[in-house]
Amino acid sequence: MDVWSSLMDGFATALTPMNFLYAVIGVLLGTAVGVLPGLGPAMTVALLLPVTYALEPTSAFIMFAGIYYGGMYGGSTTSILLNTPGESSSVVTAIEGNKMAKAGRAAQALATAAIGSFIAGTIGTALLAVCAPIVVQFAVSLGAPSYFAIMILALLAVTAVLGSSRLRGFASLGLGLAIGLIGMDSVTGQRRLTFGQPLLADGLDIVVVAVAIFAVGEALWVAAHLRRTPLHVIPVGRPWMGKKDWSRSWKPWLRGTAFGFPFGALPAGGAEIPTFLSYVTEKRLSKHPEEFGKGAIEGVAGPEAANNAAAAGTLTPMLALGLPTNATAAVMLAAFTSYGIQPGPQLFSSQGPLVWALIASLFIGNLLLLLINLPLAPLWAKLLQLPRPYLYAGILFFATLGAYSVNLQAFDLVILLVLGALGFMMRRFGLPVLPLILGVILGPRIEGQLRKTLQLSAGDPAGLFSEPIAVVIYIIVGLILAWPFLFKLIRRNRPGRKSLLPANSGAADYSD
Amino acid sequence: MSSLTTGLKGRAELGVALLLGAAGVLVFLDANGLVTPYSQSDPVGPKTVPYIVAGLLVVCAVLLAINVIRGGQGEAEGGEDVDLTHPADWKTILPLAGAFILNILLIDWAGWVISGTVLFWGSVLALGSRRYIRDGLISVALSLLTFYGFYLGLGIALPAGLLEGIL
Repeated sequence: MDVWSSLMDGFATALTPMNFLYAVIGVLLGTAVGVLPGLGPAMTVALLLPVTYALEPTSAFIMFAGIYYGGMYGGSTTSILLNTPGESSSVVTAIEGNKMAKAGRAAQALATAAIGSFIAGTIGTALLAVCAPIVVQFAVSLGAPSYFAIMILALLAVTAVLGSSRLRGFASLGLGLAIGLIGMDSVTGQRRLTFGQPLLADGLDIVVVAVAIFAVGEALWVAAHLRRTPLHVIPVGRPWMGKKDWSRSWKPWLRGTAFGFPFGALPAGGAEIPTFLSYVTEKRLSKHPEEFGKGAIEGVAGPEAANNAAAAGTLTPMLALGLPTNATAAVMLAAFTSYGIQPGPQLFSSQGPLVWALIASLFIGNLLLLLINLPLAPLWAKLLQLPRPYLYAGILFFATLGAYSVNLQAFDLVILLVLGALGFMMRRFGLPVLPLILGVILGPRIEGQLRKTLQLSAGDPAGLFSEPIAVVIYIIVGLILAWPFLFKLIRRNRPGRKSLLPANSGAADYSD
Repeated sequence: MSSLTTGLKGRAELGVALLLGAAGVLVFLDANGLVTPYSQSDPVGPKTVPYIVAGLLVVCAVLLAINVIRGGQGEAEGGEDVDLTHPADWKTILPLAGAFILNILLIDWAGWVISGTVLFWGSVLALGSRRYIRDGLISVALSLLTFYGFYLGLGIALPAGLLEGIL
């Protein structure tokens, strides 16, 4: 079957009344939770995972598709109206978006963000539909050594490239890998790190870990530093754009999409780098460079498009290789696994209808977002005024409920509290959360591929290099690890050259 | 900020290094305790990866300690509702954790409706709301709603506990 007819079948599945209803619910929930401060898309999916266990997989994933894009969109609304974004990918949007809102152009800022997200999301999803099968064709020829190498690359890239301190990234990764070790060893059945506790023998449920680190950790952290003076939310009417805004927005939308998708699809995915690149590009190309820093619409349009295109790009390695590169994809991977579905090259042949229904519902979710969110923007803005005690008590309440309902064990709640305290500590001392989550999820898979590889080569480590792709990837890994040293060397040789990135850009700082 | 508080903060972060080191040692000891006969079909065995992870943790612990002593500092995470200008507010955190622990202790015995009410009510109070009656009513409503929602909508029977037979 070719892409087109598969996709049409996907639309047929996704547009049945019940599935369409789940898409609407997903978009509404995703946006609502995304708008709420302190809650990102990853946490939304994690909190809603237990709820979807009662649904059949297709409906559940259609809902996740809505939550995924809805959460992204909600985050941009918050950053425009509040200027203190929770997600790192919305940081750039806030720079110009909040200035626009303060200058009385909140409606236009929200409109260009919504329409830009729609265009970027649609193009990105189309690219996903085209690219994923190609990646799959390439991936089926790969064996365990290559998979091992690709996963190592993803872990190292996320740890070493994102975040402000590589050392703290690796510390977080180590903790994640250690948590991933807990439980029965899949090959020999030996119990590792269970301390004789039978409840730990099956390992920690990934839902419990994700909810603990994202939701409980965040709620405790915010509680410790709760802002006592209420934030000023800029009131907003229905978003709209004038003719001039359109003509200034459409090029940044397309350029942002071009930045976002490839970066999202790379193993070191993430929206931080493309949003930042898009911002810099728009600033350079703009006919109104003097407006940048005072609320230039291009500075909202471009990064928002990049953000959403990256979100679509992230799904390519997730679906085609089983390789999550951001927190939301990691939690979605956990969701797949809990349904007994293994993402990866076999997914498209074994679960074809489900995958194409998911992709079709990404298109639908995108359109729904535009239709629902433009008129509902004033309502979302009201959500920002929810009294904080209710908001954070609610997060704890639903986190507890979600984690408990997985196994109905009070023991899981103890784990939830312990890991929540860990999440608190990580936020306090600047340890990034993403490497930990990826370590928990990818750790056991990496170990599996390592053992398979060495089993095939009868214990000879040369087996790790037995596939050309693996060798190429190890060279890339070597370059990533050596980069800070190379960077220092280059800088030493050319002392006059200024750093490419401004100090406060939030981009990687290789100082340690 | 005075030099005393910066000094204290630096020392607090050494605790992170300590935790990492302890985790590393723990992973190492646990792996060391595994008994595995060499098998042709699994040359890697269940010990190798834990050893690597333990090594990573210990190396990170040492490097982090050096980094902190040299004046390095992790950047605390900001956010919409986070105000980093005041120090951690333990008067909020401890009651909040208390409500959470109370829920763990109560959930199997008293049931979700009671323990969930305690959790939400306690959390709201800990976070500074002072409308006791309204908060209490909201807590009971939320717990009842989720109990029946999970039972009727999802087929998940949360424990009824003390209210068994009434609900």
